[in-house]
Amino acid sequence: MTRSDRSVRILSYTILSVLIVVMIFPFLWMAFSSFKSTAEIYSQSYFPENPIIDNYQEIFNSSLFLRWLMNSAIIAIVTTISVLFFDSLVGFTLAKYQFPGKKIIFALIISTLMIPTEMLVIPWYIMSSRFGWLDSYWGIMFPGMMSAFGVFLMRQFMDSVPDDLLDAARIDGMSEFGIFVKITLPLVKPALATLAIFNFIGDWNAFLWPLIVSSTPKMYTLPVGLAYFSSENLMRWEMIMTGSTVSTIPLIIVFLIFQKHIVKGIALTGLKG
Amino acid sequence: MKLRQKKTMTAYLFLIVPLIFFIFVRFFPTIYAFWLSFTDWNIISPKMNFVGFDNFRALFADSVFMKALWNTFKYVLYGVPLVLVLSFAISLLLNNIRKGQAFYRLIYVMPYITPLVAVSWVWRWMYQRPPVGVINNLFSFVGIPTQRFLFSMDQALIAIVVTTVWVNLGYCIVIFLAGLQTIPKEYLEASKIDGANRWQVLTKITVPLLNPVILFLVVTQSILFLRIFTQVYNMTDQGSGGPLNSTKPLVLYIYQKAFLSFEMGSASSATVVLFGIILLITLLQFRLLKRRVQY
Repeated sequence: MTRSDRSVRILSYTILSVLIVVMIFPFLWMAFSSFKSTAEIYSQSYFPENPIIDNYQEIFNSSLFLRWLMNSAIIAIVTTISVLFFDSLVGFTLAKYQFPGKKIIFALIISTLMIPTEMLVIPWYIMSSRFGWLDSYWGIMFPGMMSAFGVFLMRQFMDSVPDDLLDAARIDGMSEFGIFVKITLPLVKPALATLAIFNFIGDWNAFLWPLIVSSTPKMYTLPVGLAYFSSENLMRWEMIMTGSTVSTIPLIIVFLIFQKHIVKGIALTGLKG
Repeated sequence: MKLRQKKTMTAYLFLIVPLIFFIFVRFFPTIYAFWLSFTDWNIISPKMNFVGFDNFRALFADSVFMKALWNTFKYVLYGVPLVLVLSFAISLLLNNIRKGQAFYRLIYVMPYITPLVAVSWVWRWMYQRPPVGVINNLFSFVGIPTQRFLFSMDQALIAIVVTTVWVNLGYCIVIFLAGLQTIPKEYLEASKIDGANRWQVLTKITVPLLNPVILFLVVTQSILFLRIFTQVYNMTDQGSGGPLNSTKPLVLYIYQKAFLSFEMGSASSATVVLFGIILLITLLQFRLLKRRVQY
């Protein structure tokens, strides 16, 4: 290693470390502030000098945060399972069967990727109000039950499963659905994991549609609930930060467990929204 | 022949539910949105009249819509270059180091997976006036006068851009790093042997080889900024896109038109405009990519 290489490396570490502070500071500031009293919020202290957990007690006792946590968990889990099942089934069918209309169906599904959600929310809203889906779990969930992107991703991965393997299972008398579940799904686990994580994060963070379709606070998801709670508690920053911390922690946990998948998934695909 | 028919049957059996979904939840709503954009329908009235391009004419005559359209472009024009230049610089730095690269990258990605609503409120608070606003406190510490940030018509939009850049940075860094790692080491070494300095290597080799990655990021980030909503809704007073519409983007305009004043026809026309812009950018990307492949 030359001298100039070494100095470049040291300089890189220095700049990166300074920038890291900018990246991480808002998280620490949020978390620390959730342990402060109102008085301390105005005192410009950094660390909470007398850490209190009153904010957390208040938020869980006198607001609907637990309910919102539960709503978000139910919605994110159900839609993720649905996306995993249907997207891999469609991916499998499009990759492994020859049948008339296949190309058109694939094109039809992929072309929906071009349509921004913002364009669909008005028809979805009208649809929901006709069918009585407003302000319900189903109303929040139905637009996300499948994803065109997932179909695209799963088809790519299903393509790489050898046909011989499927034929061997057919000779053994396995049903086509059995082949899908028992032979192909285990072979595309990494793709399923990526799809699951991104879908879960996307659903957990979704804002526009849940905001439109839910109208009573008890049906809110966590982001909509947090927005509502924060505007109700305007200027009570310690409470807003407590709410923000509560909404962020589940994702930080998911993130730390699946960090490798997430980074790989971004590099592989580049998705969100 | 019989086996083939059986396979076709199985395929359609597997596809029936997904097809219903994509037709009724994606396809028809799109067509319906286009149809609505030519009607005067509001959700209360039972009548729906075809009005041709009246909605579009009214939109482009509406100063608030034009303001929102212009703001949306401003988000793209400020946000996309900022996030691209920063993330490119950081990924170059990250590419210089071995130890700790994964850790640094991890920290940069964290904001990207954090709920945007929480991010918005944390930044909204950091942007407050002293003594609660931590950025202003820091400014006064180093002698910069107090800034009004979200309360200022000149600064609010930029303040929201900065927050969004903070969120999207990690995503772009991961993509850039993946791109940088595909550049063959031989190219860089060969150019060094030929006596190229770092700047020449960067501009003559790295950037040209990364062109497809840069194009991909320009397009995806542009679309992201074009669709900006959550940050503005949560960072401005009562989600109004204020002060005085100075931060209001297209999607917030659509939201207010459709769900606060229930002018579904007119709001749909605005979504068609948004769709048109996004389509244009996507087609432009394909066009540029095709040209690239040719040589």
